Amino acid sequence: MSNAILVVGGGLTGLTAAIEAAELGHEVYLVEKNPWLGGRVAQLTKYFPKLCPPSCGLEIQFQRIKKNPLIKCFTMTELVGLKGKKGGYTAKIRLNPRHTPPFNVDFSLLASSLEGEAPSEFELGMTKRKALYKAMPFAFPARWVLDPSALSKSDAARVAGAKFLNINEKAKEIELDVASIIVATGWRPYDMANLPNLGGGKWKNCISNMQMERLASPFGPTGGVIKRPSDGQRPLSVAFAQCAGSRDQNHLNYCSYICCMATFKQCLYLVEQNPQVRITVYYIDLRAPGRYINTLEKVQKLPNVRFVKGKVAEILPGRGDNLRVVAENAITGEKQTLEYELCVLATGMQPSLAAESLPLPMPLDMDGFVAGGEEAGIFAAGCARMPLDVSRSAQAGTAAALKASQIAKGR
Amino acid sequence: MAQKIGVYLDRENIGGGLNLDELAAKTKEKWGELTPVVKVVPIMAESVPEIEADIKANDLDGVLLCGASPRVDSGFYRFPQEDGRKILVDHVNLREQCVLCYENPDGSPVDPRVAPELLKIMAQDYINMGVVQLQKTTPADPAVVKGVRRILVIGGGWTGMHAAIEASKSGYEVVLIEKNDKLGGAVNNIPVASPLRSPWADKEPTHLSELIEDLDKDPNITVCLNATMKTLVGEPGEYKAIANVGGEEKSWEVGAVVVATGWVPLSEKYLAPMGLGSSPAIITAAQFAQMLVKNEVKAKRIAFVLDTTIAEKAFAAEANEPEKDILEAEASGKNAESDGENMDQPYVKEDLESIKHLAYSNVVNSVGMLRQANIICDKTGDAVQAYIIYKNMAIPGILERFYRTMQNRLGIMMTKADVTSVKDHGDRVVVSCENTLLGMDFDLDVDLVVLPCGIVPTTAKELVVNFDYRQGPDFPDLELFDGYADSNYICFPYETRRTGVYAAGCVRQPMTLDLCEEDACGAVLKAIECIESGDRGVAVAPRSGDRTHPIFNFLRCTQCKRCTVECPFGALDDDEKGTPKPNPSRCRRCGTCFGACPERVISFADYNIDQVSAMLRQPDIPKNFKEGGPRILIMACENDAYPALDMAGLRHKKWSPYCRIIPVRCLGSVNAIWISDAMNKGYDGVLLMGCKYGDDYQCHFMKGSELSHLRMENIAETLNRLRVEPERVEQLEVAIDEYDRIPELIDGFVDRITALGPNPFKGM
Repeated sequence: MSNAILVVGGGLTGLTAAIEAAELGHEVYLVEKNPWLGGRVAQLTKYFPKLCPPSCGLEIQFQRIKKNPLIKCFTMTELVGLKGKKGGYTAKIRLNPRHTPPFNVDFSLLASSLEGEAPSEFELGMTKRKALYKAMPFAFPARWVLDPSALSKSDAARVAGAKFLNINEKAKEIELDVASIIVATGWRPYDMANLPNLGGGKWKNCISNMQMERLASPFGPTGGVIKRPSDGQRPLSVAFAQCAGSRDQNHLNYCSYICCMATFKQCLYLVEQNPQVRITVYYIDLRAPGRYINTLEKVQKLPNVRFVKGKVAEILPGRGDNLRVVAENAITGEKQTLEYELCVLATGMQPSLAAESLPLPMPLDMDGFVAGGEEAGIFAAGCARMPLDVSRSAQAGTAAALKASQIAKGR
Repeated sequence: MAQKIGVYLDRENIGGGLNLDELAAKTKEKWGELTPVVKVVPIMAESVPEIEADIKANDLDGVLLCGASPRVDSGFYRFPQEDGRKILVDHVNLREQCVLCYENPDGSPVDPRVAPELLKIMAQDYINMGVVQLQKTTPADPAVVKGVRRILVIGGGWTGMHAAIEASKSGYEVVLIEKNDKLGGAVNNIPVASPLRSPWADKEPTHLSELIEDLDKDPNITVCLNATMKTLVGEPGEYKAIANVGGEEKSWEVGAVVVATGWVPLSEKYLAPMGLGSSPAIITAAQFAQMLVKNEVKAKRIAFVLDTTIAEKAFAAEANEPEKDILEAEASGKNAESDGENMDQPYVKEDLESIKHLAYSNVVNSVGMLRQANIICDKTGDAVQAYIIYKNMAIPGILERFYRTMQNRLGIMMTKADVTSVKDHGDRVVVSCENTLLGMDFDLDVDLVVLPCGIVPTTAKELVVNFDYRQGPDFPDLELFDGYADSNYICFPYETRRTGVYAAGCVRQPMTLDLCEEDACGAVLKAIECIESGDRGVAVAPRSGDRTHPIFNFLRCTQCKRCTVECPFGALDDDEKGTPKPNPSRCRRCGTCFGACPERVISFADYNIDQVSAMLRQPDIPKNFKEGGPRILIMACENDAYPALDMAGLRHKKWSPYCRIIPVRCLGSVNAIWISDAMNKGYDGVLLMGCKYGDDYQCHFMKGSELSHLRMENIAETLNRLRVEPERVEQLEVAIDEYDRIPELIDGFVDRITALGPNPFKGM
């Protein structure tokens, strides 16, 4: 028997669950498949409704991890097997090679001398990264990663002789004894390529809401200045297409909870950067739960923003790099085609488990959300279970830590 | 006090062409016996075994690690000793905030192989500051409280009952007090709820009586009906809760509290513009729920009106008034918190109920009305026609599936519309609709109109805990959250300014039952965490695990009450004379108390007035401002400003080499004495960098940066008296992601100081 808890996923929900469980006195293993913790929130520029930076809360969480020897974080790691039963599981995890040492070394000089590049996953493909890289300034752990597949020939020679790099490091598997498991595998943005009528992936100036977060970020591909991808111009007219994939039985059969609020927030980014900008938001319903209604009201008062009830039917190329948005105004019944310099698809959230599987005795529903597992001592939390915003995810992570701790007796 | 300090310099991570052996030799020479070991190591993280060996061989009691920022890799350096002896560990940031940010004052290029003189001076200054910091640190003596493993749950509705059951499952005793004569609260009128679990598509029975039975059978849980809180005395881990139970006073020792007092319906006057009170055929959802339970619904055509614009417009003027009051109060300088004398007056609870609560309840109303429409259709076999008229159907997230199920329900007809009036016409009620999806305006004739409810948190109306705290019986800051006992922080939904007391359910935010259940679990976890932390004598978040606590030297206390007034967490009570009475387990270790204290009475084992004063005195201040340059002291909040400085360094941003940075726990902990010490020492300027303050504050200790800002006025006065220009001290707000602005902020200040000329105290 073990008093340890396994947390799968190091985004905000998983981090919260892991830290809270460890501060109760449990040993906690936090397993994250990416090289860094923080998950989706690390990609966000600001949180609604306060418009405060996510790195502020993450910094506190990382400090709590550093101070607590009960938490062991495994990055670039996957859960590959599970034996045993509730209260006495043995989990097998695979640690993929990072090729850099377990402590921090500043590789920035070496990295900048390399030639090979790959699309940056963190920047959602909007820019490239080197083969030796750190995705973001606040990356935690503050360690670099070497991606051998992105090395050019001359890079390979440079790297082979470099101190502290181990190109031959292999994946290894270890086993952990745990009493209970928290699944916080989160979400990924719904693939725009599934929405060809909206031009996602087809037209350069049609971007997703998550890409917009990166464009507004001070450490994003444009240094925080929102520019349209085709020509680097700051857009004067922007359309937001809400429910891009969400609330649609052919795509995501649910509402993604955050997209309305994310759009209101992004309207504020745009107006702050350019008071002349004109924005149209095409929507089915404006969903601002609870006190978030104040943010909606704030945006509704902006002279720059117009709301049109109606779903976007099609996005087509317009003059130059502009795009034409075809939508029916649901109230007037009028079909409109208007031209914009930039279109933002408010793409929804898809549970990560819709595309990946975990070796856990836990049912999923038709959309890939976790639909049970509690009897087996497995507790799904956050966006692995349903679409949620940041605050509710933290709430869910805290609650899951309690449930998992009730099984992991003996602190 | 560390008396034998090992100093280690990390060759791999310092760079900048600094001659580390020379730095080490100078350090050894300056500190002699205090630093028996001074070493340059090839890479710090790999030198842990060597440091451990040095600790044993030289009986070291402190280790000073000079290299990368303490934010990096600090988890590697713990050095636990077999005999339990504590080794004090501190870091000197020679990478991010020294070498990487270094630039020559004239902007000329820097040769990375040969350190310029100013960089050498800076590095040596920082090492010396680190040595005295450790020298003035003592091992913590934790303030352990009793850690009573009993949780008080206030409120016996859905959230409170779940909190009690979950706490009991975790092995804790529970006392649950409920104001009414039965458990269940609002759920007594909700036999069938909106979806509570996957697949989230259909209504579900609440099984309230089974839940109550579980509660009654549980030997860990004591339920008291007809009970209200009289007062909560003491501190987390060993509170004494006194309640009035059916007219009789009862008391318990409890470790922590979950507040689940729920809500009351918004006053009916706010719904009068929608016809409430004008006809028995216009009722609220709460009244409809009771009719459903009693099977009293006779109407055949029912309109559920979700668009509340008419009511909101009618009361819009009133809704904006409270803000005006606050502004006026601020303008006239009336701030209850900063006015210590006010607190001795009897407390008057401000009523925070307003029309805004109606809009805030949008999700609960949208989901609730769908549920009610569904139930009445079930009961009548869809013989009833239920109309749901909405402006925005606020059913976010997974409950879309429930919405879709309802759309397919025969008896339910939904339309978007702006409702312009609801009028009783004797035999029928007419709901006038505009901007509908049917392409025309219409009047809907129905037999019954159901209006939404406003979820007004009990904390907006009454004192639900009744704290026996010097700062008063209520939660502070309720007006910021429209009366909800909510957290200010998006990442930390259970943050509270009353440590050990955690709100859950509709008293925190309007929420549906599934979320209330989850929220109960979250609050119980925080309650348990708080009890266990108190038992170990450590702080809870954000400084979780901190074993230190404020220690008072009462001999010098002048009973000025500033610490008791300014503590953001109400941790300090006082006696009749005004002597502070600490409650360490309420305390969050921000240091605001010692920032406030004019007499240097308060200190932490690892952070105190004397320590920082000694640190800031370490650098040699050039007598000649023109030749040696000015010196600027920067006090940076370690939560946000300090990481931003690190990031700026890592991103190769450069700033004036005349600055020396000292991290502080919070700007609230900055004592004016440090500023006058800095002026006496000859610094030309002091820059405080901290978090945003105001209503949307980002300070992790709530009031720290705001208090610091308020104190600046007093500091300016003092400086004026000393004939020092008050412009020499500035406070700047810097968010953690504003690292690219750092050079502009710092160099701007340095330029302003350079223009002012040297500090008149310099060299005196």
